[in-house]
Amino acid sequence: MNMAMSVSNTGERRSQQNTRPACNTTSFQKKSRSKLVSIPGTRPSVQNGQLIVSTGVTSLDYVIEEDKYDSYSRMLLKYFLAEGVVCGHHVFLGSARDPPDEIMQDLPAPILDDIPSNAVNMGQVTACDSEDQGSMKIAWRYQNLPKVQTALASSSRFGHYYDASKTMARELREAVKCSTFFLPHELPAESHAEPSPISEAYRLLLRSIQELIRQEGFDGTAPQKSRNILRIGLHSLGSPLWADDICCEEKPTQASSLTSFLYGLRALLRSSLCTCMVTVPSHLIQNRAIMDRVTRLCDTAIALESFRGSERETNPLYKDYHGLLHVKQTPHLNCLVCEAPDTKDLAFKLKRKQFSIERLHLPPDLSDTVSRSSKADVAESARLLSSACGGLATSNKHLDF
Amino acid sequence: MMLPDLGSLLGFSTEKIEKGDFILLSDRNADASFLINHFLSLYLRAGCKVCFLGLVQSFSHYSAVALRLGVNLVQAREQGQLVFLEGLKDSVGQLLQQGPDSEAYPMGFLRGSQTDLRSLFRFVQRSVGGAGEWSPSILLVDDLSVLLSLGVSVEAILDFSHYCRTTVCHQLQGNMVMLVRVGEDEDDEEGPELLLKALTHQCSLALSIQGLPTGYCRDIHGQVEVRWKERGPGAAGPGGALAQKKLLQYKVHDKGVSFFARGTSSAVL
Repeated sequence: MNMAMSVSNTGERRSQQNTRPACNTTSFQKKSRSKLVSIPGTRPSVQNGQLIVSTGVTSLDYVIEEDKYDSYSRMLLKYFLAEGVVCGHHVFLGSARDPPDEIMQDLPAPILDDIPSNAVNMGQVTACDSEDQGSMKIAWRYQNLPKVQTALASSSRFGHYYDASKTMARELREAVKCSTFFLPHELPAESHAEPSPISEAYRLLLRSIQELIRQEGFDGTAPQKSRNILRIGLHSLGSPLWADDICCEEKPTQASSLTSFLYGLRALLRSSLCTCMVTVPSHLIQNRAIMDRVTRLCDTAIALESFRGSERETNPLYKDYHGLLHVKQTPHLNCLVCEAPDTKDLAFKLKRKQFSIERLHLPPDLSDTVSRSSKADVAESARLLSSACGGLATSNKHLDF
Repeated sequence: MMLPDLGSLLGFSTEKIEKGDFILLSDRNADASFLINHFLSLYLRAGCKVCFLGLVQSFSHYSAVALRLGVNLVQAREQGQLVFLEGLKDSVGQLLQQGPDSEAYPMGFLRGSQTDLRSLFRFVQRSVGGAGEWSPSILLVDDLSVLLSLGVSVEAILDFSHYCRTTVCHQLQGNMVMLVRVGEDEDDEEGPELLLKALTHQCSLALSIQGLPTGYCRDIHGQVEVRWKERGPGAAGPGGALAQKKLLQYKVHDKGVSFFARGTSSAVL
């Protein structure tokens, strides 16, 4: 599946970061299945008995999305942290550029009143936009298709909604424990690093997380009644601000530093009650192979591609959305097969009160006078989306079967 | 029988295990970990002594999957049939250089003071030896390419696999199964591609998993290309090429995987 990097970076790259968050979840399991651990803000998975947390964007309980421009991925990170606050989890935030306190002060405010149930299932979108669900006239063929789920639908009780235009009240935020790691404050003036696959910056971060897990007993040593989840948010790993040169060089000297860190992080997550969201500016990483390895070392990996600043922003095909969402990897912890979504063609839009992810459906090509160029557009975008066999593509590629 | 189609095609069964085989699993744009889980179950059921280097997931993950395939890893480990290295478990201590530096730690290469995989090989040596009631000895590695992500050089990995093959396949007449994961770009000459090419020359059976060339499909998870060396009196020697080839498609289920010829998926027919 090709990540369509069609965005042309005209000006400053820094402000238009293509970040890719990945999520690691815990496979920590209680030995006795009969007693369910009840920690607020979690529920056990029926598939494999793991504990699931919501990430803060209810469409993203299982899949973490990453958008190319740091505006959306930052938003998601904030949703993730905000959900932690609302659920009373312990929150850990690591960052190298923006002081963590600033990020925390900018979390979206939760909408805590009741939401009517038909507004809830954002993840369920019908194939046709028609109001009349009973019978479809033009798109009759779709009537027999099951309602499309992006495999992300969740009940409204699990996960909350947030108002992106308001910030979270300070009292709410201060009611939870929050630990931070800000690299400029942690790096010693002189580093005497011995040769190691992992750089000092990442080593300090890893140690900080390890110590927190041990101190607070997230590794299972805390008494059962006071067990809680640790939500770890790590901003823009791999960027030069983390003293990493994978974004600067095609053959970086620290090529395995980030991946070694992610390996260690996975080790910590697998043995504790933690969940983690990491954003990575993958558009800056020059060596494609490194990004592949980063993806493989995470459980869930999503790439967000914002239309902002690209030719798609004005393309009428995409007018309903802010960007595309590519599912690069889905987790299959403790089971042989993962929950595969019906389709990997997803798009997102950020509305004031929700960040919604939907199956991408291009509008029907109704007009006879539509010029050939827009037909080519459709074919081109369908190909870029690597849609399932038999999409709208009109290419001459030999199909396998 | 976990792999009815593949098993009968390759002559694999719990009753008959080939000796001295090096089986190379690889994936590109797909996840071949289901294969390594199947081989693990297969060899345990066949009564082999298994050394499993689980470098990318916790023991409980493999255990949960194995249970779905009908095998109890906890029991196998307790009885001494299975020796399991849980790579993740000691990794943080080694990465953070905590504790003493010693060759006794199989994951000691994470410290950075070792440039090769000597300590990992010593672990393998200790684990596969000692003929007992379980036989033959099998080494499974999941997966080899993660070592590249941990700063180990291609040369060191190839050395390691060479030593393992000599010990397991030649000296002990057992089998070795290794998984290598590569990226999309076939022309990339570095890292995983180089590893894959070199190991392909040495193996007797290669299973390559790939996503479908036409894109993502929910009902068909991918295709598998099976290549193997001819066996029997007319066969080429150990240096012979993987002459035989077959292409199948597959879908992974909760408790197994089904293989079928191209175009015959139940979703299509």
